[in-house]
Amino acid sequence: MQPDLWSLYRLMLYSRRFEEAVAALWHAGHISGEMHLGIGEEAIVAAVVSQLEDQDAMALDHRGTPPLLMRGVDPVRLLLEFLGHPDGLCGGHGGHMHLFSVKHLSASSGIVGASGPSAVGFALAAQHLRPGSVAVAFFGEGALNQGMLMESMNLAAAWHLPVLFVCKDNEWAITTKSATVTGGNLMNRAGSFGMKTMAVDGSDIEACWQSAWEALCQTRDNGEPVYLHASCIHLEGHFLGDQLIRTSRHPVKEMRKMTGPLMRSFAKMHGSNVRKRMGGLRHILATIQNIRTQMSIKRDPVVILRQKLHGEELQLKLLEDKIDTEIEQVLEACGLADVKVNDE
Amino acid sequence: MNKVRTLEFDEAIDDALGQAMAANPRVMVIGEDVGMIRHNLLVRFGRERIKSAPISESAFVGAGVTAAMAGLRPVVEVMIVDFIGVAMDAILNHAAKIKSFSGGKWNVPMVVRAACGGGYGDGGQHEQSLWGWLAHIPGLTVVVPSTPADAGGLMLAAIESDDPVIFLEHKLLSPSWLDFMGRGGRSTVEFDVPPTGTMGECPKKWQPLAIGKAACRREGEDLTLVSVGVGVHRCLEAAQELAKQRISASVLDLRSVVPLDKDILYEQILKTKRLIVVDEDYQGFGLSGEVAAVALESGLKFSFARVCTKQTIPFTRHLEDQVLPNTQRICAASIALMQN
Repeated sequence: MQPDLWSLYRLMLYSRRFEEAVAALWHAGHISGEMHLGIGEEAIVAAVVSQLEDQDAMALDHRGTPPLLMRGVDPVRLLLEFLGHPDGLCGGHGGHMHLFSVKHLSASSGIVGASGPSAVGFALAAQHLRPGSVAVAFFGEGALNQGMLMESMNLAAAWHLPVLFVCKDNEWAITTKSATVTGGNLMNRAGSFGMKTMAVDGSDIEACWQSAWEALCQTRDNGEPVYLHASCIHLEGHFLGDQLIRTSRHPVKEMRKMTGPLMRSFAKMHGSNVRKRMGGLRHILATIQNIRTQMSIKRDPVVILRQKLHGEELQLKLLEDKIDTEIEQVLEACGLADVKVNDE
Repeated sequence: MNKVRTLEFDEAIDDALGQAMAANPRVMVIGEDVGMIRHNLLVRFGRERIKSAPISESAFVGAGVTAAMAGLRPVVEVMIVDFIGVAMDAILNHAAKIKSFSGGKWNVPMVVRAACGGGYGDGGQHEQSLWGWLAHIPGLTVVVPSTPADAGGLMLAAIESDDPVIFLEHKLLSPSWLDFMGRGGRSTVEFDVPPTGTMGECPKKWQPLAIGKAACRREGEDLTLVSVGVGVHRCLEAAQELAKQRISASVLDLRSVVPLDKDILYEQILKTKRLIVVDEDYQGFGLSGEVAAVALESGLKFSFARVCTKQTIPFTRHLEDQVLPNTQRICAASIALMQN
């Protein structure tokens, strides 16, 4: 089987442009609370979601926008939801972290790791009511340190349930570097439940699609869980306004605010010795340095796929213009025609 | 004479925490993202005592329980109180019960610190209050400060307590939490932040504030408004409005849900004969019902109303505003009670 790169590019770029519009609206104050985007993880999401069938279920984390868009949720109703409109997907009650679509058997949660048990329950219902259907759980590597996800993997393995566990590994558990709080190897960890495990480069859509195809065949045909691990980036950090990203983008401005209290505390009487204090300071600087490497667009899956389609400039331009027009139409339908996208 | 300075609410908590850490090497901070959120304490005390945890609430809160039993004084941060759901077993079945089950021979000197409350449009998985839910469990102390001075003093008292204390810090009062969760560096959103709660005079050197002592923030004759956290400030605003209509309201800041300061509550009810509980936590089976029940048990005769959160908090600001207690709802309830 070969993926249709053009339709995947369409899914990924649409999701990217939609979320960029969401980011602009958030920055302009039209959307309240936090905003977690899936920018950077479009390839693995598109690879999996584009191969789902009608009766398959999705258990989503706090980055539910890309999978729902790619599954076919009406983008106008999705955006209206973020705006808190009564015609939004959930009547304006849930917002981006609590998205639900009965029609698409899709439920999301703002609690890290909760997609594990959700997917197991969806798979149990599938086993009884919709044989041949599967459930997908999307989560990040931070969630793999959450007990409920570990328990869910065991449950899926012990009960022989068709769950595809998809880890979108962006290396960060909120603002903590995951490697500093994780023991062992995550592939081994998932594999120890007796599941088939697969690892893939989340910036390579062809590899993602191939892995997702194999994983879905396996879980659908055999009724057994599979673990798919994709290494991704998150260009916008944990959420919009992420302090680490802000500091990285505007070091002078942000560090100016931070430095005074930080140095005063560093020099304060009564505390640990200088070596330990230096250790703390180095940790903060290393964390900020680490996030900079995450922001490199060299691993941006949308950019990489576009390079693969290079040579078909006219077709690319037509598609990209069409998507821009469609996003404008969505904004217009939501009464936001004058909002400029990409305008932070 | 203890010198006075002005601090923000969250600054006061961290300052008192820093004082306790400097005084006692057994005090340490464990929790999600504390390496970033508590960076000022990190550069003073190092990574051994400001310990970043993975997103494993059930493990690190559970570990906090026995670390405390074995001699440490952990301040365990679960980021926001909603996430305590994941760690509930450690709190419900362990922290709260060890002292009783051990015949009083072993105790759990642990503080669980969490941000709580709504008003910035994040929805009911991130904006709950839950103090009543936690207070329901025998063995837990639950404090909810409303001013910087109280927040610092209560944090010090919580650390010095030999038993588990849940310390809840409202996000609207804590500029750093509000920036982390709601504002995110943007200047395009505004929240109904009570200025009297976010910034205030604090002592240069902290003294522990006795837990379980309510504070009367305003003396009135006609009715008593009782609340905690941001609710206290909403009550004070309402009392000002009510004064224009010649209704004189007392405002009682409980400061801790457990222990509940019954004496000062009875005093106020005896004086005003009318009681309104303003509770950002859920209405059913919570603080408001408990306050009414203890007052009735004491034999007092009074009329009663409550302004609470009755449903899952929607994320949208305008819906959220209708669901959370606000000044208008408090005024309307007060006027209705006066006409009864």
